[in-house]
Amino acid sequence: MTRVYVSRDAAALALGADAVAAALAPHATVVRTGSRGMHWLEPLVEVETDAGRVAYGPVDAADVPGLLAAGLLTGGAHALRQGATDEIPFMARQTRLTFARCGLIDPLSLDDYRAHGGFIGLQKAIEIGAAATMDTVLKSGLRGRGGAGFPTGIKWKTTADAEGDRKYIVCNADEGDSGTFADRMLMEGDPFSLIEGMAIAGISTGATKGYVYTRSEYPHAIATFDAALDVARKAGVLGTDVFGSGHAFDIEQRVGAGAYVCGEETALLESLEGKRGQVRAKPPLPAHKGLFGCPTVVNNVITLATVPCILRDGPEAYQAIGMGRSRGTVPIQLAGNVRFGGLFEAGFGVSLGDLVNDIGGGTLSGRPVRAVQVGGPLGAYFPPSLFDTPFDYEAFAARDGLIGHGGIVVFDDTVDLAKQARFAMEFCAAESCGKCTPCRIGSTRGMETVDKIVAGTAVEANTALLRDLCHTMKFGSLCALGGFIPYPVLSALDHFPEDFRP
Amino acid sequence: MPVFEPFNADRAADIIAAHAGQEGATLPILHALQHEFGCVPTAAVPMVAQALNLSRAEVHGIVTFYHEFRRTPPGKHVLQLCRAEACQAVGGDRVAADVKARLGVDWHGTSDDGAVTLEPVFCLGLCSIGPAALLDGAPLARLNADKVAAALESAA
Repeated sequence: MTRVYVSRDAAALALGADAVAAALAPHATVVRTGSRGMHWLEPLVEVETDAGRVAYGPVDAADVPGLLAAGLLTGGAHALRQGATDEIPFMARQTRLTFARCGLIDPLSLDDYRAHGGFIGLQKAIEIGAAATMDTVLKSGLRGRGGAGFPTGIKWKTTADAEGDRKYIVCNADEGDSGTFADRMLMEGDPFSLIEGMAIAGISTGATKGYVYTRSEYPHAIATFDAALDVARKAGVLGTDVFGSGHAFDIEQRVGAGAYVCGEETALLESLEGKRGQVRAKPPLPAHKGLFGCPTVVNNVITLATVPCILRDGPEAYQAIGMGRSRGTVPIQLAGNVRFGGLFEAGFGVSLGDLVNDIGGGTLSGRPVRAVQVGGPLGAYFPPSLFDTPFDYEAFAARDGLIGHGGIVVFDDTVDLAKQARFAMEFCAAESCGKCTPCRIGSTRGMETVDKIVAGTAVEANTALLRDLCHTMKFGSLCALGGFIPYPVLSALDHFPEDFRP
Repeated sequence: MPVFEPFNADRAADIIAAHAGQEGATLPILHALQHEFGCVPTAAVPMVAQALNLSRAEVHGIVTFYHEFRRTPPGKHVLQLCRAEACQAVGGDRVAADVKARLGVDWHGTSDDGAVTLEPVFCLGLCSIGPAALLDGAPLARLNADKVAAALESAA
């Protein structure tokens, strides 16, 4: 029977992919994959033809009889036919490295994973040894994709050099930023790449145990990743003798419990230890004293899952992509009120305007774009006048913004930026761990102050007070939650002052 | 639809014992208790404390720190509706207001007939197809109040 591919990613399931797969099952061999990342076309059905995969979407289960009659299984013409998947402009413009396999393969098939370049990086790491592996990661210029952008190789080296008979690799899969879903998609669509990356990190730093801390809001990612761990253990990828190398490394997944602040690395470690997810003061760095006081690498899902292709293809190939000090590719997530929402992996340097208007197709509502929030709830709101900003850590920082985990949330002209600023403070108040005063108290006072401004109470004095409060939070908070909440608030004030009038 | 057992000390002791041996066992134990009983029962708190050599106050502090852990069992169905920015950008606030009005509850509330508990959630990773929700763990997208009502009806 002809092979057809239907995603099992949570986004596809939310749009009815299971019913589509069931309707196709009597007529074809249905392979469930991750998502290609073109969420406006989900449920996407891909048919294997002599000329490669041909895409149809968005497909409703009720469309299936008509599609079959139109010759779906041979790539026949139909209103939903999108052409060869790789030639759809959204796909053709990407540089897919981290997400090369996502949407292409059965996420739990080791054969598929191997057939698409999997485990070559891990074998290379075993071959060249710990020091050369670390050197490769360092030379690639890879920086932490969780948002901080710290050079991964340096973090690994610090952990490797730290004294300790036990070391840990901790993967931060507490992807709480609104507008981001790259970690979720990768864990659902290509979980072995994360396992491979963590094993490489383990061998390179001398760590023998890995933890993946996944947020509870991702039940599908949790289930797929646990299943992948089982497969990997049975195949000897994980265990006492990784790929016959003599290195021991195993991974356990732990599930969060709805606390946004646990995405902060030290709060995450506290949570893994079974405590309240309260932030620790640094130093000591986790690389010196991390989980249970042992040297620990804490890396984001995307960072770790990118390591295998760097080892496989060499650091030069990765380093050659990007701009400035931001090397390689970044999975950009287009979200909110956007026409072509989904995941777009590209080298650093694409302009914000190209991403929103060209690749994203502008708003879903068809109204003008008024603002975009980049980098989650702690990221700045940018107006279209800043759309020439290239997607790059330093370029965003230079304009008082951040790229964070690469999420872009698009808003049309119905957005009220004073409301969004208030929400930022409200969110911070709800999620503050309570350890430091600027964040714990400042967030609530900030919410009240925005309310006063909007109500027309001493607008000028209260605006000055809000700015002063943001300054205190920015420089006085212990971590990025209280420290970065001023970004959305101040950017809303600076770029959209007209919204802060009664 | 999840079915929860009424609190049973023996069962709770078994659950705690099954997880107590692992590193940082608190969250796995609390998750397992909530999975069984629909919440972390108050009576289980001293049991967890004793098993992990913690004070009751410490365990209470942990249970109450995390939004996910409940003190009482939810209704028959749990609707986790996203409140975060990407869903706001496509009318999430309006959907939330409609759903609250229809169910006659505020956040964390359970409808009078015990059918639905409404929980706010900050992001489900379905940000390109919002407004989004999880109904008993199943993802829902591009929601409006009617779609939520239809989903609840078919789950009932």
